[in-house]
Amino acid sequence: MSDQVSKQGSPRQEVAAMRPAVHVVEDATAITLYADLPGVPKDKLDIHVEGDNLTLEGRVEINLPEGMEAIHAEVELPRYRRVFTLSRELDGNNVSAKLQNGVLKLRIPKAEHAQPRRIEVRAA
Amino acid sequence: MLYRGFFPRDLFAELERLQHEFDGSPNIRGTTRGYPAMNVGTTPKSVEVYAFVPGMTPEEIEVQIEKGVLTISGERKDTPLPERATVHIDECFSGRFRRVVSLPDDIDPNSSTASYRDGVLHVSVARKEAAQPRRISIH
Repeated sequence: MSDQVSKQGSPRQEVAAMRPAVHVVEDATAITLYADLPGVPKDKLDIHVEGDNLTLEGRVEINLPEGMEAIHAEVELPRYRRVFTLSRELDGNNVSAKLQNGVLKLRIPKAEHAQPRRIEVRAA
Repeated sequence: MLYRGFFPRDLFAELERLQHEFDGSPNIRGTTRGYPAMNVGTTPKSVEVYAFVPGMTPEEIEVQIEKGVLTISGERKDTPLPERATVHIDECFSGRFRRVVSLPDDIDPNSSTASYRDGVLHVSVARKEAAQPRRISIH
């Protein structure tokens, strides 16, 4: 799984977005990806797999009081976006996702044929 | 880069941000100004602080106001690592954190509220009545 620099060109990708911090772990049966998406509610999160690309997109939704004037801002963009390339052995059709307290947990299982198989070694 | 920020700021703050961007030397603690990232705003009636602290429960976040200084602290636990697993990317913050914000003089620490939703802590601190602009009627 490698990071991909978003391509210029299509209008969808021209929108400036923050790159969420991620934590990616691989075990024998799957890859688990955690992404920090503080401020994104469930209904504003969009995860899609297109070909080999896994795209995470989320909109920050925070209700600001009316007439508020910002005096200091470290988070300035209202959206997150990050694209990953999935390798062949990952099953993009069976991705499961859970969003809790601003952290997304994605589990991308490995395809059946890519699961480890134990081969017994017999004495010759 | 052209974008419409969602946190409305004035021109001076914008200039300061640009200045920061051009200041080449990176901080030894990383590119951000600390964890968690924070936004602060004011209204005539309150000071609003937003801290971006994902992966916590409300009980795990400590919010304190003492002598006009707001402190937000806590500990973000490590992501659980299954047995015989490999870590490929590790960017998410974990460990203890603490950030402080100096509040204006006119705040009323006794009427402040804090809530945590979708990984964002929102602290609203009321400002004293006297400091709020009052309309003076002309007779």
